[in-house]
Amino acid sequence: MELIQQLVNGISLGSIYALIALGYTMVYGIVRLINFAHGDVFMVGAFVGFYAITGLHLGFFPALLLAMVVCALLGVFIERIAYKPLRNATRIAVLITAIGVSLLIEYGMIYARGAQPVAYPGTILPDKKIELFGVTISSQSILILCTSIVLMILLQLIVHKTKIGKAMRAVSYDAEAARLMGINVDNTISATFAIGSALAGAAGVIFGIYYIKIEPLMGIIPGLKAFVAAVLGGIGIIPGAMVGGLVLGVIESLVSGLGYSLWRDGVAFIVLILILIFRPSGLFGKNVKEKV
Amino acid sequence: MTIFKRINGFWLSMVLAIVFFIVVQLLISRGILNSFYINTLFYMAINIILAVSLHLIIGITGQFSIGHAGFLAVGAYASAVMTMKLQMPFSLALLAGGVTAAVAGLLIGIPTLRLKGDYLAIATLGFGEIVRIILLNVDYVGGASGMTVTHLTTWPWVFACMLIAIIVIANFTNSTHGRACISIREDEIAADSMGINTTYYKVTAFVIGSFFAGIAGGLYAHNFYIIQPTNFGFLKSFDILIFVVLGGLGSMSGAVIAAILLTVVSTFLQEYPETRMIIYSIVLILVMLYRPKGLLGTQELTSFFRLRKAVEGGKQNDNKHTVA
Repeated sequence: MELIQQLVNGISLGSIYALIALGYTMVYGIVRLINFAHGDVFMVGAFVGFYAITGLHLGFFPALLLAMVVCALLGVFIERIAYKPLRNATRIAVLITAIGVSLLIEYGMIYARGAQPVAYPGTILPDKKIELFGVTISSQSILILCTSIVLMILLQLIVHKTKIGKAMRAVSYDAEAARLMGINVDNTISATFAIGSALAGAAGVIFGIYYIKIEPLMGIIPGLKAFVAAVLGGIGIIPGAMVGGLVLGVIESLVSGLGYSLWRDGVAFIVLILILIFRPSGLFGKNVKEKV
Repeated sequence: MTIFKRINGFWLSMVLAIVFFIVVQLLISRGILNSFYINTLFYMAINIILAVSLHLIIGITGQFSIGHAGFLAVGAYASAVMTMKLQMPFSLALLAGGVTAAVAGLLIGIPTLRLKGDYLAIATLGFGEIVRIILLNVDYVGGASGMTVTHLTTWPWVFACMLIAIIVIANFTNSTHGRACISIREDEIAADSMGINTTYYKVTAFVIGSFFAGIAGGLYAHNFYIIQPTNFGFLKSFDILIFVVLGGLGSMSGAVIAAILLTVVSTFLQEYPETRMIIYSIVLILVMLYRPKGLLGTQELTSFFRLRKAVEGGKQNDNKHTVA
């Protein structure tokens, strides 16, 4: 029973990782950039949600929506200011810029409101314990899981059924050819950042409700772990990010369940190094030969 | 003739370095420099060692490592264990710190250096985090509360280590091995097809870099009175990275200058850590947007002098990576 309990916790945690990982994987798939600032967009989302709930007295879903919109705008803004001028620069230059943006958001936030953590109001969602075959599941975690699943289905619909989704797939396949076919590559990249950041914003609000405490540096570790999840599933592959996130969440919960909760953060990185050594293209990835 | 000139330049800079060392030593022993300046000077020298060691990995070999604080931590803890737990002399402790970090570099380098670019960056980042988490959980070295270390770092030690690090890495860069490393930076596939054992050279550069980071760790640990795992987080790696990037990827003198400048700046901004990080990150973004090759690019400081001579007469070789 203990095992199933941990599995349930792991899936809740994993769905948060999966939401963040989707943003990483979409951005990487389209511009080959590890967007280090993504974890901080997640943090901003959590704070927008917090202020929407406590300041504007919004409910869960309006706050979620507001956080998603603000984060989408932030994502596009970051992309236009910091990454677009570097489209033809070296990979290292873009990676360093991404680290710079990440630190700027973190410390800008600390500068603006101080480093002290705040607590999400616990009454925003009904919290009932449901007993199911001896396993306690809170109604919150069910709602969280449902929200994540709905968002993921929505993403799949956008990517596969809409025009902008088609453009995204085309650009990630071959940006030059897509440009020749009349696709506006810059707008498509901005749209990818917007969607990825909106998902991160949603993950931020969900994280806040699930873990209560939020602070300006909270984005670093979940951001890195979500990246691990994206690599685990095969970076650039959307279903891979979902599965990678859930797998990572379950592994972490099992490790804490076994009584090694202090080692929880280390396990994610050990998983990362193992996957990079044995299967660098990820669980769902294909091995691509390098051409000169 | 050129060899003669280069040797001349080398001895000239050695003499200058020794004069500088003696002057500072005299100032310290006469008590003219107060402890604030002495501390800044030590910190500067340690940062130079770190900058130069990372420069070898990123600037020369082109392997993007962002977990350098991990090696610093390994060196710091290994040397602290040697002096505090095993009562060994400081010299042996420094060496042990360097060797332990080099072994860690070898262990992490062999599997991960097969990866390229972003993946390598993330793997080294993961390594740095793993080191931090292990140190947090091992009670022998004090866990989260850290270890208290006696103050053993002195100016001769710091200066000697800095000088050795600079000379070794400069000479390595100028040797056959260094040129092989540069060719890997320029184009790994081409280097491979020219018969260069790329894995061997990448791992060699990585191990040398981590050795000196370990030495720096030993100096660092015995300069501050306490070491804690939180001192060696991602931000520390980032601090070292910014030296190399701002100085110019591939320029050793650039890395040294950036290390000196930024140490001074961060000492003055010590009371405002948030402002310091905001300034750092804005500078980093602006440099990448408007001058992506950094302060000096791949040039060395001395090549500017040589350039002037070349205009007067004689052909200049701009691809030389000489120090001096």
